[in-house]
Amino acid sequence: MKDQIRTYISQQLSNDPKYIFTDDEPLISGGWVDSFDLTKLAVFIEETFGVHFADPELTVDNMDTLNQIVSNIEAKLAR
Amino acid sequence: MTVVPITLDAKPETLLHQVRWLLEHCADHRSVTVISGEAERSYSVGEFFHHAARYAHALDAIGASPGELVVLILPQEENALFGFWGAMLLGAVPSMFAYLTDKLDPVRYYDSVRKLVQHANARFVITDTALFDPLSAALDGLAVVISADTLQPGGDPAEYLARPLPQTDSIAFLQHSSGSTGLQKGVMLSHRAVINQLASYGQAIELAPDDVIVSWLPLYHDMGLIAAFIQPIMQAIHLVLMSPTAWVRAPQILLQAITRHRGSLVWLPNFAYNFLATRIRDSALDGIDLSSLRAVINCSEPVYAESHRVFTARFAPFALRESALMTCYAMAENTFAVTSSQMNKIPRIDRVDRRRLAEERIAYQTDGDAFEVVSCGTPIIGCQVRIVDAERQTLPERSIGEIALQSDSMLSGYHNQVEITAAALVDGWYFTGDMGYLADGELYITGRKKDLIIVGGKNIYPQDIENLLNDIPGIHPGRIVAFGVDNTDLGTQDIGILAEVDDPADLEGEGRAVIVRTIRSRIAQSTDVSARYVDLVPLRWLIKTSSGKIARAANRDKYFEAQKSP
Repeated sequence: MKDQIRTYISQQLSNDPKYIFTDDEPLISGGWVDSFDLTKLAVFIEETFGVHFADPELTVDNMDTLNQIVSNIEAKLAR
Repeated sequence: MTVVPITLDAKPETLLHQVRWLLEHCADHRSVTVISGEAERSYSVGEFFHHAARYAHALDAIGASPGELVVLILPQEENALFGFWGAMLLGAVPSMFAYLTDKLDPVRYYDSVRKLVQHANARFVITDTALFDPLSAALDGLAVVISADTLQPGGDPAEYLARPLPQTDSIAFLQHSSGSTGLQKGVMLSHRAVINQLASYGQAIELAPDDVIVSWLPLYHDMGLIAAFIQPIMQAIHLVLMSPTAWVRAPQILLQAITRHRGSLVWLPNFAYNFLATRIRDSALDGIDLSSLRAVINCSEPVYAESHRVFTARFAPFALRESALMTCYAMAENTFAVTSSQMNKIPRIDRVDRRRLAEERIAYQTDGDAFEVVSCGTPIIGCQVRIVDAERQTLPERSIGEIALQSDSMLSGYHNQVEITAAALVDGWYFTGDMGYLADGELYITGRKKDLIIVGGKNIYPQDIENLLNDIPGIHPGRIVAFGVDNTDLGTQDIGILAEVDDPADLEGEGRAVIVRTIRSRIAQSTDVSARYVDLVPLRWLIKTSSGKIARAANRDKYFEAQKSP
């Protein structure tokens, strides 16, 4: 799951497949993903993993690293 | 009321004379509704100015006097609105600055505020509890900082309106527009200029007392400040306001507010048409009804016909009328609008020969390989537009040249910038730096200020970005270029960065990763926009012009050409 999201971000959002993100690297404050991209990322997650993020959840605090994103998805799947 | 109060035939002397009139004639009218999360709070005209008077009282108490600059650094909610008008009630000159976001680096942000306050010579700053301590520290010795959250009750609008009011040529407020020197330029607008703009633009859009304006636009840009704040307050029209950050996260809240409040007028930058059309789930559109919309006005970045098409295709089923689409060419230096398309008429699309446009700089119409240019309409009353060549001689119809304008709503000058003012204003004409042509009296824009990048309606000067990155270890100083890349998916531009590195080893692996990471984070944390393309190139890769400057567009083209070939 983590690698699928990693690949999606580097190919579709940051346009830099050469760069490999670490799991806890800041994506939004690090300048890889911007606020316009968050809604796009949410749609990708919904289509790929069947997990829905409500709009208020799409914040820097909640979605800034791969680890955060994945643990949020897993928490929702476990419910 | 059957007409709005400010018209071509009825112009108050100043905005404060208009406040006086409003309190006498329509104190009970609904003025503003602020949407904040799930909550909505509404204020009548009387309540609005009563709240504003608290700020006049507080500013008065700390010694602010008429004509002095008051900087507001507040989230887009009531405090910012009241504070702005509180300063005005006192005859002081308010200016909105952008609030700190969670992406910006606080150290760089406070430093930029300090530079701005210092340069503008502002002695009074209003902020909130969250920023009070850091701003007080950053502005120590420069300005008095007060917190909007701890204001005491006090002050009555009548008290301030009984004092001598400003003159019609006094400066009403400052709009800070980004500048290429890294320092924002404060556009000084007189009461007369603002009132002329409200009268002329109100006529162009047939503004009526029962209009309802719905907006998420930031108040520190001309479109948000004038069209969706000063205009509704002064014209006694209901404004429904939300914050830009809330809207970006959940774009449907704009449509929900239009539905709930029967919104009739909306201003949007071009990217918002694509964003609204493509980023809202079907399920979030339940119950949306856009039949009340009289005009959706595209302004502040290049207008794309395709953006209008995707927008109408998505929202026609929700009762959006295609004839509601309007365009406008505007800038802070003219208070706001320069031109406007006609109400209830779809803006004209000019199909011009792409090759001849580039080679001959003339817009010939064609049925063949065409570049679609959307009309921005005709100049509003009181405004004249000319297209000029490099020698500033007027060009004939359909010739591409620089757009120059003269009007009765122009800036008084740039605050504390005598030289920049003199360079921009020549014989009463303002030279915009934007490129375009006139045809049948309508203005078509073909290019913005040289190399300017417009990201989601926000102006980004490439030299500012380049200066920001120049000292990053590994990059050869001065060998870095920033440029705009068209984003057709979002109907806006993205930022691209190329930098030459001293050591070829830095073109790959960890060396590259460190440099690229630094470039990206520094841009994000300093400008609140992100670079979409960042790459490193070997020494002497970048193309220079004959004068030794790095050619931005040429390097962009070279880079994407190289990406295509294996």
